Amino acid sequence: MPNEALSTNSSKQLVDAAKRNHAFRNEKSHLMDKIMPVALFLCAALSIATTIGIVATLIGETYHFFEQVPFVDFITGTKWSPLIEPKSFGIWPLICGTLLITVIACLVAVPLGLASAIYLSEYAPKKVRNIVKPILEILAGVPTIVYGYFALSFITPMVRGIFADAGVFNALSAGIVVGIMIIPMVCSLSEDAMTAVPRSLRDGAYALGATRFEVALKIVVPAAFSGIVASAVLAFSRAIGETMIVTVAAGSTPKLTANPLESIQTMTAYIVQVSLGDTPHGSVEYGTIFAVGMTLFVITFLLNILAQYVARRFREEY
Amino acid sequence: MQTLTKNQTLIEINQLNLFYGAFHALKNVSLRIPEKAITAFIGPSGCGKSTLLRTLNRMNDMIPGTRIEGGIAISGTDIYSGDVDVETLRKKVGMVFQQPNPFPKSIYDNIAYGPRLHGIHDRKKLDEIVETSLRSAVLWEEVKDYLKRSAFSLSGGQQQRLCIARALAVNPDILLMDEATSALDPISTLKIEELAQELKDRYTIVMVTHNMHQAARVSNQTVFFLNGEVVEYDETEKLFSNPTDQRTEDYISGRFG
Repeated sequence: MPNEALSTNSSKQLVDAAKRNHAFRNEKSHLMDKIMPVALFLCAALSIATTIGIVATLIGETYHFFEQVPFVDFITGTKWSPLIEPKSFGIWPLICGTLLITVIACLVAVPLGLASAIYLSEYAPKKVRNIVKPILEILAGVPTIVYGYFALSFITPMVRGIFADAGVFNALSAGIVVGIMIIPMVCSLSEDAMTAVPRSLRDGAYALGATRFEVALKIVVPAAFSGIVASAVLAFSRAIGETMIVTVAAGSTPKLTANPLESIQTMTAYIVQVSLGDTPHGSVEYGTIFAVGMTLFVITFLLNILAQYVARRFREEY
Repeated sequence: MQTLTKNQTLIEINQLNLFYGAFHALKNVSLRIPEKAITAFIGPSGCGKSTLLRTLNRMNDMIPGTRIEGGIAISGTDIYSGDVDVETLRKKVGMVFQQPNPFPKSIYDNIAYGPRLHGIHDRKKLDEIVETSLRSAVLWEEVKDYLKRSAFSLSGGQQQRLCIARALAVNPDILLMDEATSALDPISTLKIEELAQELKDRYTIVMVTHNMHQAARVSNQTVFFLNGEVVEYDETEKLFSNPTDQRTEDYISGRFG
């Protein structure tokens, strides 16, 4: 009897052992596999939630503002003086100032950035590229306040030396320096797009008797065009949102003007001015910064959509 | 140096040595390549056949660390002498690559690219060049109604014929084909081979192939390379039926490579 018990017992053990030792038994803990997707999802969700939070605050406060100030006055008005009587809430002077800065910045950054990208991707020996590219990327890490003082203490005197009627604060100096600031971005992103153009396309053109310049201009740039446009639009958005340089160097005079030598105010600089001032929270004056912020948001948002459309429209598949 | 066939010599390669850095890729290569015929370079991978092909239109110039000794003359002109314009040389020595590499443009613009580079902008003249080049590459009938479509809408074989047409559009004397069928299916390969047969009446064709059956099928003379050296150079028929060198025989009978 004990014998029999022993034998059934041991045969049961054998079966169990066999079960445990089958070829596909679980060797690793699957706990991590269960936790990780959840943890990673939470990380992603956090940033999305933050974005939603920002947009919701913006919309809420903007709505509140437009309960007190008619939307039509805001969107059609040509005078912006929300802090001084008689108050006026026309956004156009700020948009005009912002666009003036941005256009000047892009006129500086896109040609120079593109030219340096063409040099780095098509002409520069590997050694030069390996040195220049990191330096260029360091330039992108310089704090913008430093650029602001660079504008005020170096570019502005030069600009005033050339144009006698330029003010101490003027759109041109600030725009040029914003442009210098975004050159590395244009250059780096365009260069990436150009380097990604397959070697075989260049070979095909060289074999037809194209010079380096012709290959760069007629093969590489068109093939990388969507990337180049994307870099330009990103630079444009970056210039629109730039704050420190314009606060320091462009002045604080909202003005509907196309003259780059005058002092202007951008949307971002206005927001800084109000945030730092003693404007009471909850007042109409304070509400303006949300309306201005919302305008900025809508403009950048539309630009991004435009960028995607342009990039898709002109894409040359390879 | 050996001279073959009744056709006149067009390309004369004289004691050519080529180095990639310290690597001696071509060793004392001397060849005379006749005009208006197909010459095939065969040999195992890394034997220098593609390297030699790329010296003929100086595409090797673009690889840093390349050094050349000896000379190559085309129609009697040393193509490595200082006063040779590389772009003009490449216009005269067209090239088709292993992978079809059409530009990301329309079929029409692919063909017109070369002529435009060399200063032809007249619309009627371009139309004419596009049509004759596509006809020469036996592609016209297939694409004449779709000239504005992207070159990428074509099949691999059609793309390769487009690349041949593109090379022909700048009116070269010589056409280099660097394993031009190795990425293609058998039917497309056959079409390219037939095309090469037609083109050899008007152009001098030099083709590199890893496929010796292809060399045997289409070429007039064949060069067998091994380790950067020319082992044997002869009429294709003779080289394949009655090779003089043991190594050639071993290679063509499939004992190595």
